[in-house]
Amino acid sequence: MRRSILLASALVTTLALSACGGTDDTGEAPEGTTEESAAEETAAAGGALTVWVDETRQAAVEAAAEDFEAETGAEVELVLKPFEDIRADFVAQVPTGEGPDVTVGAHDWLGELITNGVVAPVELGDKAAEFEEVAVQAFTADEQVYGLPYAIENVALIRNTELADSAPATWDDAIAAGEKAGTKFPFLIQSDGENGDPYTYYPFQTSFGAPVFEQNADGSYSPELAMGGDAGEAYAQWLADQGEAGNLTIDTSYDIAVEAFANGESPFIVGGPWMLEQFADLDLAIDPVPAPGDEAAQPFVGVQGFYVSSQSENTLLANDFLVNYLSTEEAQTALFEAGGRPPALTAAADAASSDPIVAGFREVGAEAVPMPSIPEMGSVWAFWGVTEASIISGKAEPAEAWDKMISDIEGALGS
Amino acid sequence: MTDLQHPGATSATVDRPDPGADAATPPKAPRERRVRPDESPAGRYGPGFLVKLALMAVVDAFGAYVVWSAWVAESWVVLGAMVAMLAVANWVYFSRRTVPLKYVLPGLIFLFTFQIFTIAYTGWVAFTNYGDGHNSTKDDAISALLTQNERRVEGSPSLPLTVVTDGDALGFAVVRPDGTTAVGDADDALAPVEATVTEGRIAAVDGWEVLDRQEILERQGEVTNLRVPLSDDPNDGSVRTQDARTGYVFTPTLVYDEAADTMTDTTTGTVYTPNDEGQFEAADGSTLQVGWRVFVGFDNFTTAFSDSRYAGPFFQVVVWTFVFAFLSVATTFLLGMFLATVFNAPHLRGRKIYRTLLILPYAIPGFVAPLLWSGLLNRSFGFVNQVLLGGAAVPWLTDPWLAKFSIIAVNLWLGFPYMFLICTGALQSLPTDVLEAAKIDGAGRLRTWRSVTMPLLLVSTTPLLISSFAFNFNNFALIYMLTGGGPRFADASVPLGHTDILITMVYSVAGLDGSAPKNFGLASALSIVIFVIIATISAIAFKRTRSLEEIN
Repeated sequence: MRRSILLASALVTTLALSACGGTDDTGEAPEGTTEESAAEETAAAGGALTVWVDETRQAAVEAAAEDFEAETGAEVELVLKPFEDIRADFVAQVPTGEGPDVTVGAHDWLGELITNGVVAPVELGDKAAEFEEVAVQAFTADEQVYGLPYAIENVALIRNTELADSAPATWDDAIAAGEKAGTKFPFLIQSDGENGDPYTYYPFQTSFGAPVFEQNADGSYSPELAMGGDAGEAYAQWLADQGEAGNLTIDTSYDIAVEAFANGESPFIVGGPWMLEQFADLDLAIDPVPAPGDEAAQPFVGVQGFYVSSQSENTLLANDFLVNYLSTEEAQTALFEAGGRPPALTAAADAASSDPIVAGFREVGAEAVPMPSIPEMGSVWAFWGVTEASIISGKAEPAEAWDKMISDIEGALGS
Repeated sequence: MTDLQHPGATSATVDRPDPGADAATPPKAPRERRVRPDESPAGRYGPGFLVKLALMAVVDAFGAYVVWSAWVAESWVVLGAMVAMLAVANWVYFSRRTVPLKYVLPGLIFLFTFQIFTIAYTGWVAFTNYGDGHNSTKDDAISALLTQNERRVEGSPSLPLTVVTDGDALGFAVVRPDGTTAVGDADDALAPVEATVTEGRIAAVDGWEVLDRQEILERQGEVTNLRVPLSDDPNDGSVRTQDARTGYVFTPTLVYDEAADTMTDTTTGTVYTPNDEGQFEAADGSTLQVGWRVFVGFDNFTTAFSDSRYAGPFFQVVVWTFVFAFLSVATTFLLGMFLATVFNAPHLRGRKIYRTLLILPYAIPGFVAPLLWSGLLNRSFGFVNQVLLGGAAVPWLTDPWLAKFSIIAVNLWLGFPYMFLICTGALQSLPTDVLEAAKIDGAGRLRTWRSVTMPLLLVSTTPLLISSFAFNFNNFALIYMLTGGGPRFADASVPLGHTDILITMVYSVAGLDGSAPKNFGLASALSIVIFVIIATISAIAFKRTRSLEEIN
């Protein structure tokens, strides 16, 4: 009997090994591949680059990758992922060696990516000057540039020209114009219910001189809250007054606000280029957000770009692809056409600005400030929107709630 | 990289035991043994054996593939586990003495990979500081710190660069801004040299061979790691390239001393030494931003309960978790049982249609339904307020008490069909003789229901009620999708709300919702605490059930 076990095991092993040999020949490497087989592939095909993209940029990156493949003989493998999954997956998978060489991402992830050591600096060299200043600044931390920017996005005031013929200079003008138009809403701004929407409301806040964090001389943020004090309380009071007057409400969610504007129920909406698709039938103009306070209403700028993994085996290819192929006017324009956001490359942005809508957003963006990418920002979001929403809905005393929010955030940052 | 971190490799092991192998072989064994007690079932090379052989070959081939992948990926734990499992599987299915094991082995392997491994991994993470800032190993942290802190020398030119080799070592040949050419390698600083320049880049240089693109890519690791000193003075920095086309002059601002295991900031001279928390720390307590994972013992468990900001809300959250889980089970069960009893009436016409309609909410995914309801219950624009209540502004999801009510109500809508199903099943399997006996004894309908039907129903449904309680105790999707835990506690200093239950609290405390730096160690520790709570409650409840069964 023992012999039969041995015999059978031997048989099975032989079969198994031959089966294994089969897979080996076809070169189907498993997911969890490995330096060795990657190196083999590199040798065979002139390099293979794995790039994570989301659906919107897939086609544009594919086009840039084709040129790259044709000129260098390298292979670019695009992995399609939902944009909202990329951040967490990148942080979790890069250390295991399963991450991509390059991923698409937003600049405000930078702080988290750096503390986790998953992103490598990219030397743009003289190319840096060809980009919009705010775009490179957004991807800079501690004097190092960590990504190749490709698109800039920010909110602005979108105006329905049929309902309001001129840009409102101040908040009061906007409300007056909105009331004159006789629409259901004098002014639309989205709010995620009780969670508020401090991102979209930010220009109002800055007009009171209450930016979220202190800014260093080079434009980067230091983790010192700057939105407390009198300026912050004045903003809170304004929120409460407008909420009471019915000019601001937390019930208009993104979908509701966009639909109402598309149906001509308001002459104004604060929003970004991502809304434009739904407004295709309307005659639009893009204006700066009307300031309720004395200072300029500066919205947040979000910059999108490409990051290189710190554990990439193909840093050379990855950097070459970013710096020399994705930074061309052609590639940036293709990305603009795919995503609809003004390009980060100045030349491409100039070309795109022939469209007055793009030019309008770009003009507002030029006055804007990058969204902080420091890791402390996460703790701010958690309290900020809810407090604003509770003030607007009249649930909380404005100054008191605002001060409590400041101390809560400071408590969270301190822990 | 940690072996346990290999999702690809571990999930691959999961499929390994081929249920087919199990189904094809074991039933044969006892029968054959009865016929020929002296011969091994494996010893008979009948068709059954061939099938088994083929199935085991598939299993082994797959196993060998996983072992090979694990070998290449240097995942030693996965490799060891796989080899052990393969050995056991082969022994079990080719030995005569292991008949019972032949049945249970696949189950055991599934138990091991799906339950034991997951629990053990969670337990392991609970004792580490895995999270933002402590994302990987110390080696990774060191290399990340070094790459982050290599700075381009301010005002230094960009140098068109060519990668060259002297047969063995690599070197860079560059064109300086003034048009002169220079070459150097890791040991020798850049020195002037006669070279042919085409299109602004060196095309040929004496004594060196120019690498073409293909050769560069084959050695890209070497190329990116190469630093060619600008001059004999190391403070001038060195040339490096990231794309093999342009070189820049860099100086490191952070230097790692391997022997002493310290990091030194070259600009300030500060020395950082590794501390117990997995970070480089200077004498003044400042730390470098990239850390690594270390074991922190019971720290996660103590921090979970020592943060004073959480003390007040934590108590409210615990109470609401119990209330929510209990009320969810009670309301769904009562409604489900009532409907089951009503629709169990034998003379009801169209019973099947009613029953099918009642089960419909059960067919809507548990993730979608709460989202749907959160839209329906919106204060100003929701269907419920606008259409059903004629424009009333009832704050269904934003008033603390109404939000709690809405949660229970939506969960009732979602959950009663399940209770309806199991009660219908239990009612249909009630022994009719007992019911008849009750009738003969002169018991009325209500009395029969209270003294006979109800106890019998409870015997078969109590285990399901307990599991339903445990499920609702952790019903993350409902809370997260319907109210997101809101409305917030007005008096608390942490981002928690009136409808948060323990598991959504963990999600927020551990920063998984982005409201704080992510801390997987803390999240694991807290989920273990929740597991202990539920396990205790379930154990007690099951013990009670047993006594209920004995009575009957």
